[in-house]
Amino acid sequence: MNTGRRQMLKTGGGVTLLTLVAAAGWLKPGEALAADAWNKAAFEAKSMDETMKAMGGGAPAQSKDIVFFQTPDIAENGAVVPIGVTSSIPKTESIAILVEKNPNMLTAVFDIPAGTEPSLSTRVKMGQSSNVYAVVKADGKFYMASKEIKVTLGGCGG
Amino acid sequence: MADPMRIRANVVGDATEVKVLMNHEMETGQRKDAQGKTIPAWFIQNVTATHNGKTVLTAQWGPAVSKNPFLSFKFKGGAKGDKVQITWIDNKGDKRTDEATIA
Repeated sequence: MNTGRRQMLKTGGGVTLLTLVAAAGWLKPGEALAADAWNKAAFEAKSMDETMKAMGGGAPAQSKDIVFFQTPDIAENGAVVPIGVTSSIPKTESIAILVEKNPNMLTAVFDIPAGTEPSLSTRVKMGQSSNVYAVVKADGKFYMASKEIKVTLGGCGG
Repeated sequence: MADPMRIRANVVGDATEVKVLMNHEMETGQRKDAQGKTIPAWFIQNVTATHNGKTVLTAQWGPAVSKNPFLSFKFKGGAKGDKVQITWIDNKGDKRTDEATIA
């Protein structure tokens, strides 16, 4: 088999496409292959303001339409804290989970396309007792809800 | 190569509920080993879920998502026998895709 030619085509094609994409300014060189859509600035931000700025929003408005479910008041193990968030705000586009006292607040961002319910759950790490924020982007605006979770390391229970 | 994910997809009413358990260290980059050296961060950055080729959820994760991450979500539509595909990419560029059939 003429593998040389195949390889050549593959590499050649890849480079051209990447160069085009980089030239068009969609991707910054160097980040191109590492992660295609990872908001580095937001994940490295240390405060709520910085995080919101990096996500392209201002201070979010408090909302009662964001509800935590399956989320404990007291977590015995900070390494595995279940967090569930449901938003009943129409046109919810994304849900972000932030832990206030972690080294970097932003934990996860979920983009919700139409047809997917704005309700999901996952597990996060918490270094210590802290407020947890759910920030919802709906119709271009930001809303948030918070919940305090106490972490008791050592497994003695609440 | 990373271990496979465990994916379960069930029809609940008019929606499909998907539960995923991934196998990943999710190292934060904050911990130190016995010699006092920082263990470099190693975590999943991007997660994509598709149903019949249509994206139903994308996520960006930081290192504060738990080790062996769990994720559960619901999307409308989806019938028994359809395929749900989950892909993750970590910060080292490692990648894994697994598929499950809706039950």
